[in-house]
Amino acid sequence: MTDTDVLTGLGEIIHEIAGIPAEQVVPTASFSDDLDLDSLTMVEVVVACEERFGVRIPDDDVPGLKTVSDAVAYVHRASVPA
Amino acid sequence: MPPLACPAPAAGAALLGVGAARPRRVVSNADLALRMDTSDEWIRTRTGIVNRRVAGDGESVVDLAAEAGAKALANAGVQPGQVDLILVATSTMDFAMPQAAPQVAGRLGSQAGGYDVGAACAGFCYALAAAADAIRAGSARTVLVIGSDRMTDILDPADRGTVPIFGDAAGAVVVGAAPSNGVGPLVAASDGDRSGLIAKAPDAPVLAMDGPAVFRWATTQLAPYALRACADAGIEVADLAGLVAHQANLRIIDALARALKLPAEAVVARDIIESGNTSAASIPLALDALLAADAVPSGGPLLLIGFGSGLSVAAQVVLCP
Repeated sequence: MTDTDVLTGLGEIIHEIAGIPAEQVVPTASFSDDLDLDSLTMVEVVVACEERFGVRIPDDDVPGLKTVSDAVAYVHRASVPA
Repeated sequence: MPPLACPAPAAGAALLGVGAARPRRVVSNADLALRMDTSDEWIRTRTGIVNRRVAGDGESVVDLAAEAGAKALANAGVQPGQVDLILVATSTMDFAMPQAAPQVAGRLGSQAGGYDVGAACAGFCYALAAAADAIRAGSARTVLVIGSDRMTDILDPADRGTVPIFGDAAGAVVVGAAPSNGVGPLVAASDGDRSGLIAKAPDAPVLAMDGPAVFRWATTQLAPYALRACADAGIEVADLAGLVAHQANLRIIDALARALKLPAEAVVARDIIESGNTSAASIPLALDALLAADAVPSGGPLLLIGFGSGLSVAAQVVLCP
Protein backbone atom coordinates (compact mmCIF):
# COMPACT_ATOMS: atom_id res chain seq x y z
CA MET A 1 0.00 0.00 0.00
CA THR A 2 1.64 3.25 -1.12
CA ASP A 3 1.04 6.69 0.32
CA THR A 4 -0.88 7.49 -2.86
CA ASP A 5 -3.18 4.54 -2.21
CA VAL A 6 -3.81 5.79 1.34
CA LEU A 7 -4.40 9.35 0.13
CA THR A 8 -6.87 8.13 -2.50
CA GLY A 9 -8.63 5.92 0.04
CA LEU A 10 -8.79 8.75 2.58
CA GLY A 11 -10.29 11.03 -0.08
CA GLU A 12 -13.00 8.47 -0.76
CA ILE A 13 -13.73 7.99 2.95
CA ILE A 14 -14.04 11.73 3.61
CA HIS A 15 -16.21 12.15 0.55
CA GLU A 16 -18.52 9.36 1.70
CA ILE A 17 -18.78 10.50 5.32
CA ALA A 18 -18.72 14.29 4.96
CA GLY A 19 -19.66 14.86 1.32
CA ILE A 20 -16.46 16.78 0.64
CA PRO A 21 -15.03 16.37 -2.91
CA ALA A 22 -12.10 13.94 -2.79
CA GLU A 23 -9.94 16.44 -4.76
CA GLN A 24 -9.93 18.70 -1.70
CA VAL A 25 -8.31 15.98 0.39
CA VAL A 26 -4.74 17.01 -0.31
CA PRO A 27 -1.74 16.35 1.96
CA THR A 28 -1.52 19.89 3.31
CA ALA A 29 -5.25 20.13 4.15
CA SER A 30 -6.13 20.52 7.83
CA PHE A 31 -9.04 18.29 8.84
CA SER A 32 -10.63 20.95 11.04
CA ASP A 33 -9.71 24.21 9.32
CA ASP A 34 -9.69 23.31 5.61
CA LEU A 35 -12.06 20.35 5.44
CA ASP A 36 -14.27 21.58 8.30
CA LEU A 37 -14.57 18.15 9.93
CA ASP A 38 -15.85 18.33 13.52
CA SER A 39 -14.41 16.08 16.22
CA LEU A 40 -17.15 13.47 15.84
CA THR A 41 -16.83 13.33 12.04
CA MET A 42 -13.10 12.86 12.61
CA VAL A 43 -13.94 9.83 14.76
CA GLU A 44 -16.05 8.42 11.93
CA VAL A 45 -13.19 8.96 9.47
CA VAL A 46 -10.73 7.24 11.83
CA VAL A 47 -13.03 4.23 12.26
CA ALA A 48 -13.45 3.97 8.49
CA CYS A 49 -9.66 4.17 8.04
CA GLU A 50 -9.19 1.32 10.51
CA GLU A 51 -11.57 -0.87 8.51
CA ARG A 52 -10.25 0.08 5.10
CA PHE A 53 -6.51 0.01 5.82
CA GLY A 54 -6.48 -2.72 8.48
CA VAL A 55 -4.74 -0.57 11.08
CA ARG A 56 -5.49 0.33 14.69
CA ILE A 57 -5.73 4.03 15.59
CA PRO A 58 -6.30 4.39 19.37
CA ASP A 59 -8.39 7.28 20.79
CA ASP A 60 -5.30 8.91 22.26
CA ASP A 61 -3.65 9.21 18.84
CA VAL A 62 -6.60 10.85 17.09
CA PRO A 63 -5.98 14.44 18.33
CA GLY A 64 -2.44 14.22 16.83
CA LEU A 65 -3.86 13.79 13.34
CA LYS A 66 -4.17 17.43 12.28
CA THR A 67 -3.60 17.24 8.54
CA VAL A 68 -4.20 14.75 5.76
CA SER A 69 -0.46 14.08 5.56
CA ASP A 70 -0.40 13.29 9.32
CA ALA A 71 -3.06 10.63 8.71
CA VAL A 72 -1.33 9.20 5.64
CA ALA A 73 1.96 8.94 7.55
CA TYR A 74 0.19 7.36 10.54
CA VAL A 75 -1.52 4.71 8.40
CA HIS A 76 1.76 4.03 6.63
CA ARG A 77 3.63 3.51 9.91
CA ALA A 78 0.84 1.49 11.48
CA SER A 79 0.52 -0.83 8.50
CA VAL A 80 4.23 -1.69 8.35
CA PRO A 81 5.02 -4.53 10.76
CA ALA A 82 7.52 -3.29 13.34
CA MET B 1 -35.92 -28.02 58.26
CA PRO B 2 -38.03 -28.46 55.14
CA PRO B 3 -37.00 -26.27 52.17
CA LEU B 4 -38.50 -22.78 52.27
CA ALA B 5 -41.45 -21.95 50.06
CA CYS B 6 -40.84 -20.22 46.72
CA PRO B 7 -43.24 -17.56 45.47
CA ALA B 8 -45.55 -18.66 42.68
CA PRO B 9 -44.01 -17.51 39.38
CA ALA B 10 -45.96 -15.55 36.76
CA ALA B 11 -46.17 -16.64 33.12
CA GLY B 12 -44.91 -13.29 31.94
CA ALA B 13 -44.34 -9.62 32.62
CA ALA B 14 -45.65 -6.86 30.39
CA LEU B 15 -45.64 -3.07 30.08
CA LEU B 16 -49.04 -1.76 31.15
CA GLY B 17 -48.57 2.00 30.90
CA VAL B 18 -46.12 4.85 30.38
CA GLY B 19 -45.77 8.37 31.76
CA ALA B 20 -43.36 11.30 31.62
CA ALA B 21 -42.52 14.49 33.48
CA ARG B 22 -40.83 17.31 31.60
CA PRO B 23 -39.68 20.40 33.54
CA ARG B 24 -41.43 23.66 32.65
CA ARG B 25 -38.39 25.62 31.50
CA VAL B 26 -37.26 25.10 27.91
CA VAL B 27 -33.71 26.17 27.07
CA SER B 28 -32.97 26.52 23.35
CA ASN B 29 -29.63 26.41 21.58
CA ALA B 30 -30.00 30.14 20.98
CA ASP B 31 -30.43 30.67 24.75
CA LEU B 32 -27.18 28.79 25.38
CA ALA B 33 -25.34 30.75 22.68
CA LEU B 34 -26.11 33.93 24.61
CA ARG B 35 -24.17 32.77 27.64
CA MET B 36 -21.40 30.51 26.35
CA ASP B 37 -19.12 29.94 23.37
CA THR B 38 -21.46 27.81 21.28
CA SER B 39 -24.04 28.20 18.51
CA ASP B 40 -27.24 26.60 17.28
CA GLU B 41 -25.33 25.21 14.27
CA TRP B 42 -22.50 23.82 16.43
CA ILE B 43 -24.92 22.01 18.73
CA ARG B 44 -27.27 20.72 16.01
CA THR B 45 -24.54 19.30 13.79
CA ARG B 46 -22.78 17.48 16.63
CA THR B 47 -25.74 16.33 18.71
CA GLY B 48 -29.02 16.89 16.85
CA ILE B 49 -30.36 18.71 19.93
CA VAL B 50 -32.52 21.83 19.50
CA ASN B 51 -34.06 22.24 22.97
CA ARG B 52 -33.65 20.76 26.41
CA ARG B 53 -35.58 21.17 29.68
CA VAL B 54 -33.93 22.51 32.80
CA ALA B 55 -35.57 21.74 36.13
CA GLY B 56 -36.31 24.44 38.66
CA ASP B 57 -38.01 24.77 42.03
CA GLY B 58 -40.51 22.03 42.74
CA GLU B 59 -38.90 19.83 40.10
CA SER B 60 -36.48 17.69 42.11
CA VAL B 61 -35.51 14.17 41.06
CA VAL B 62 -38.23 12.92 43.42
CA ASP B 63 -40.82 15.48 42.23
CA LEU B 64 -40.25 14.56 38.58
CA ALA B 65 -40.21 10.83 39.34
CA ALA B 66 -43.49 11.05 41.28
CA GLU B 67 -45.17 13.02 38.47
CA ALA B 68 -44.02 10.56 35.80
CA GLY B 69 -44.97 7.62 38.02
CA ALA B 70 -48.47 8.98 38.68
CA LYS B 71 -49.03 9.50 34.96
CA ALA B 72 -47.81 5.98 34.15
CA LEU B 73 -50.17 4.50 36.76
CA ALA B 74 -53.10 6.50 35.35
CA ASN B 75 -52.14 5.43 31.82
CA ALA B 76 -52.08 1.79 32.95
CA GLY B 77 -55.29 2.08 34.96
CA VAL B 78 -53.45 0.84 38.04
CA GLN B 79 -54.11 2.23 41.55
CA PRO B 80 -51.09 3.22 43.66
CA GLY B 81 -52.16 0.67 46.26
CA GLN B 82 -51.73 -2.13 43.71
CA VAL B 83 -48.03 -1.37 43.22
CA ASP B 84 -45.81 -3.65 45.26
CA LEU B 85 -42.36 -2.51 44.16
CA ILE B 86 -40.94 0.83 42.96
CA LEU B 87 -37.56 1.08 41.25
CA VAL B 88 -36.03 4.46 40.48
CA ALA B 89 -33.04 4.65 38.16
CA THR B 90 -31.12 7.84 38.94
CA SER B 91 -27.61 9.10 39.48
CA THR B 92 -28.37 12.68 40.44
CA MET B 93 -29.95 12.48 43.89
CA ASP B 94 -28.57 15.14 46.24
CA PHE B 95 -28.05 12.67 49.06
CA ALA B 96 -27.23 8.97 49.28
CA MET B 97 -29.97 8.65 51.90
CA PRO B 98 -32.90 8.54 51.77
CA GLN B 99 -33.20 7.00 48.34
CA ALA B 100 -35.74 8.28 45.85
CA ALA B 101 -37.94 5.16 45.69
CA PRO B 102 -39.60 5.33 49.14
CA GLN B 103 -40.10 9.10 48.77
CA VAL B 104 -41.82 8.53 45.44
CA ALA B 105 -43.98 5.85 47.04
CA GLY B 106 -45.00 8.31 49.73
CA ARG B 107 -45.93 10.97 47.16
CA LEU B 108 -48.08 8.46 45.30
CA GLY B 109 -49.88 7.32 48.46
CA SER B 110 -48.26 3.89 48.23
CA GLN B 111 -46.40 1.90 50.84
CA ALA B 112 -44.64 -0.25 48.26
CA GLY B 113 -41.05 -1.20 48.92
CA GLY B 114 -38.44 -0.05 46.51
CA TYR B 115 -34.91 0.97 45.84
CA ASP B 116 -32.81 3.11 43.52
CA VAL B 117 -30.76 1.75 40.67
CA GLY B 118 -27.48 3.28 39.48
CA ALA B 119 -25.97 2.40 36.11
CA ALA B 120 -26.41 6.00 34.91
CA CYS B 121 -27.70 6.18 31.33
CA ALA B 122 -28.17 2.38 31.23
CA GLY B 123 -30.09 2.46 34.53
CA PHE B 124 -33.61 2.34 33.18
CA CYS B 125 -33.06 -0.88 31.21
CA TYR B 126 -31.44 -2.53 34.25
CA ALA B 127 -34.35 -1.45 36.46
CA LEU B 128 -36.89 -2.67 33.90
CA ALA B 129 -35.16 -6.06 33.78
CA ALA B 130 -35.13 -6.28 37.59
CA ALA B 131 -38.86 -5.48 37.62
CA ALA B 132 -39.73 -8.05 34.97
CA ASP B 133 -37.60 -10.70 36.68
CA ALA B 134 -39.23 -9.97 40.05
CA ILE B 135 -42.66 -10.38 38.49
CA ARG B 136 -41.84 -13.59 36.62
CA ALA B 137 -40.24 -15.04 39.74
CA GLY B 138 -43.34 -14.17 41.75
CA SER B 139 -41.66 -11.66 44.08
CA ALA B 140 -43.92 -8.87 42.86
CA ARG B 141 -47.03 -8.51 40.73
CA THR B 142 -47.02 -4.85 39.76
CA VAL B 143 -43.86 -2.75 39.60
CA LEU B 144 -43.42 0.95 38.88
CA VAL B 145 -40.12 1.57 37.07
CA ILE B 146 -38.93 5.17 36.83
CA GLY B 147 -35.90 6.91 35.36
CA SER B 148 -35.39 10.39 36.80
CA ASP B 149 -32.37 12.67 36.50
CA ARG B 150 -31.46 16.31 36.89
CA MET B 151 -28.28 16.23 34.85
CA THR B 152 -28.02 20.02 34.79
CA ASP B 153 -27.23 19.93 38.52
CA ILE B 154 -23.94 18.14 37.93
CA LEU B 155 -22.62 20.10 34.93
CA ASP B 156 -19.87 22.70 34.83
CA PRO B 157 -21.88 25.69 33.53
CA ALA B 158 -18.89 26.75 31.40
CA ASP B 159 -18.32 23.34 29.73
CA ARG B 160 -19.45 23.61 26.10
CA GLY B 161 -18.90 19.86 25.74
CA THR B 162 -21.61 18.90 28.26
CA VAL B 163 -23.98 21.84 28.90
CA PRO B 164 -25.60 21.73 25.43
CA ILE B 165 -26.11 17.97 25.61
CA PHE B 166 -27.80 17.26 28.91
CA GLY B 167 -31.29 18.00 30.20
CA ASP B 168 -33.62 17.10 33.08
CA ALA B 169 -36.71 14.87 33.08
CA ALA B 170 -38.35 11.70 34.34
CA GLY B 171 -40.09 8.85 32.57
CA ALA B 172 -41.90 5.83 33.98
CA VAL B 173 -43.49 2.54 33.04
CA VAL B 174 -45.80 0.19 34.91
CA VAL B 175 -44.85 -3.46 34.58
CA GLY B 176 -47.30 -6.15 35.62
CA ALA B 177 -47.82 -9.90 35.68
CA ALA B 178 -49.35 -11.08 32.40
CA PRO B 179 -50.44 -14.35 30.80
CA SER B 180 -47.91 -13.86 28.00
CA ASN B 181 -44.49 -12.26 28.24
CA GLY B 182 -43.86 -8.74 26.94
CA VAL B 183 -40.40 -7.99 28.33
CA GLY B 184 -37.56 -9.88 26.65
CA PRO B 185 -34.38 -11.13 28.30
CA LEU B 186 -31.81 -8.54 29.37
CA VAL B 187 -28.49 -8.33 27.55
CA ALA B 188 -26.05 -6.60 29.89
CA ALA B 189 -22.37 -5.80 29.56
CA SER B 190 -19.71 -3.39 30.75
CA ASP B 191 -16.24 -2.13 29.94
CA GLY B 192 -15.03 -0.95 33.34
CA ASP B 193 -11.49 -0.31 32.16
CA ARG B 194 -12.90 2.74 30.40
CA SER B 195 -14.92 4.06 33.34
CA GLY B 196 -13.05 7.37 33.18
CA LEU B 197 -14.67 8.36 29.88
CA ILE B 198 -17.86 9.60 31.59
CA ALA B 199 -17.32 10.29 35.26
CA LYS B 200 -18.18 12.48 38.19
CA ALA B 201 -15.17 11.74 40.35
CA PRO B 202 -15.19 12.24 44.13
CA ASP B 203 -12.73 15.13 43.83
CA ALA B 204 -14.68 16.85 41.04
CA PRO B 205 -18.11 18.40 41.58
CA VAL B 206 -19.10 18.13 37.92
CA LEU B 207 -19.50 15.58 35.16
CA ALA B 208 -16.53 15.13 32.83
CA MET B 209 -16.92 13.36 29.51
CA ASP B 210 -14.51 12.50 26.70
CA GLY B 211 -17.08 13.10 23.97
CA PRO B 212 -15.19 11.79 20.92
CA ALA B 213 -14.07 8.60 22.71
CA VAL B 214 -17.60 7.93 23.98
CA PHE B 215 -18.97 8.62 20.50
CA ARG B 216 -16.55 6.12 19.00
CA TRP B 217 -17.44 3.45 21.55
CA ALA B 218 -21.16 3.98 21.11
CA THR B 219 -21.11 4.04 17.30
CA THR B 220 -18.91 0.96 16.94
CA GLN B 221 -19.60 -1.35 19.91
CA LEU B 222 -23.33 -1.30 20.66
CA ALA B 223 -24.93 -3.03 17.69
CA PRO B 224 -23.96 -6.59 18.70
CA TYR B 225 -25.69 -6.19 22.09
CA ALA B 226 -28.80 -4.86 20.39
CA LEU B 227 -28.82 -7.75 17.95
CA ARG B 228 -28.41 -10.22 20.80
CA ALA B 229 -31.36 -8.67 22.65
CA CYS B 230 -33.51 -9.36 19.58
CA ALA B 231 -32.19 -12.91 19.20
CA ASP B 232 -32.67 -13.66 22.90
CA ALA B 233 -36.26 -12.40 22.69
CA GLY B 234 -36.83 -14.70 19.72
CA ILE B 235 -37.50 -12.00 17.15
CA GLU B 236 -35.82 -10.74 14.00
CA VAL B 237 -34.70 -7.13 13.53
CA ALA B 238 -37.14 -7.07 10.60
CA ASP B 239 -39.98 -7.60 13.10
CA LEU B 240 -39.15 -4.50 15.18
CA ALA B 241 -41.73 -1.73 15.26
CA GLY B 242 -39.12 0.66 16.58
CA LEU B 243 -35.86 1.51 18.28
CA VAL B 244 -35.84 3.41 21.55
CA ALA B 245 -32.16 3.91 22.30
CA HIS B 246 -30.82 6.01 25.14
CA GLN B 247 -31.05 9.55 23.79
CA ALA B 248 -27.34 10.35 24.03
CA ASN B 249 -26.69 11.96 20.67
CA LEU B 250 -28.73 11.87 17.47
CA ARG B 251 -25.68 10.81 15.48
CA ILE B 252 -25.20 7.81 17.77
CA ILE B 253 -28.87 6.87 17.44
CA ASP B 254 -28.78 7.14 13.64
CA ALA B 255 -25.50 5.18 13.44
CA LEU B 256 -27.03 2.42 15.56
CA ALA B 257 -30.17 2.33 13.41
CA ARG B 258 -28.00 1.98 10.28
CA ALA B 259 -25.81 -0.72 11.84
CA LEU B 260 -28.89 -2.73 12.82
CA LYS B 261 -30.40 -2.44 9.33
CA LEU B 262 -33.77 -1.59 10.82
CA PRO B 263 -36.71 -2.04 8.47
CA ALA B 264 -37.74 1.19 6.75
CA GLU B 265 -41.11 1.21 8.51
CA ALA B 266 -39.59 0.92 12.00
CA VAL B 267 -39.81 4.09 14.07
CA VAL B 268 -36.60 5.49 15.55
CA ALA B 269 -37.17 7.54 18.72
CA ARG B 270 -35.55 10.96 18.35
CA ASP B 271 -36.88 12.66 21.46
CA ILE B 272 -33.36 13.99 22.07
CA ILE B 273 -34.10 16.81 19.61
CA GLU B 274 -36.53 18.37 22.09
CA SER B 275 -35.27 16.94 25.39
CA GLY B 276 -31.49 16.57 25.20
CA ASN B 277 -29.79 13.70 26.97
CA THR B 278 -31.71 13.04 30.19
CA SER B 279 -29.66 10.02 31.33
CA ALA B 280 -31.81 7.36 33.04
CA ALA B 281 -35.02 9.19 32.05
CA SER B 282 -34.38 9.25 28.32
CA ILE B 283 -35.76 5.86 27.28
CA PRO B 284 -39.15 6.03 29.05
CA LEU B 285 -39.37 9.71 28.10
CA ALA B 286 -38.83 8.87 24.42
CA LEU B 287 -41.24 5.94 24.70
CA ASP B 288 -43.89 8.24 26.14
CA ALA B 289 -43.40 10.65 23.22
CA LEU B 290 -43.78 7.83 20.67
CA LEU B 291 -46.99 6.60 22.30
CA ALA B 292 -48.38 10.13 22.60
CA ALA B 293 -47.81 10.56 18.86
CA ASP B 294 -49.43 7.19 18.10
CA ALA B 295 -46.19 6.32 16.31
CA VAL B 296 -46.06 2.67 17.36
CA PRO B 297 -48.82 0.05 17.42
CA SER B 298 -49.95 -1.58 20.66
CA GLY B 299 -48.13 -4.90 20.96
CA GLY B 300 -45.40 -3.83 18.53
CA PRO B 301 -41.89 -4.95 19.53
CA LEU B 302 -39.52 -2.16 20.49
CA LEU B 303 -35.80 -2.53 21.04
CA LEU B 304 -34.60 -0.63 24.10
CA ILE B 305 -30.89 -0.04 24.67
CA GLY B 306 -29.34 2.00 27.45
CA PHE B 307 -25.63 2.80 27.47
CA GLY B 308 -23.25 5.22 29.08
CA SER B 309 -21.11 5.81 32.15
CA GLY B 310 -19.49 2.64 33.38
CA LEU B 311 -19.12 1.99 30.58
CA SER B 312 -22.39 0.10 30.87
CA VAL B 313 -24.84 -1.37 28.38
CA ALA B 314 -28.28 -2.89 28.91
CA ALA B 315 -30.74 -3.89 26.20
CA GLN B 316 -34.01 -5.74 25.89
CA VAL B 317 -37.00 -6.00 23.57
CA VAL B 318 -40.42 -5.02 24.94
CA LEU B 319 -43.90 -5.15 23.50
CA CYS B 320 -45.61 -1.77 23.38
CA PRO B 321 -48.41 -1.35 25.91
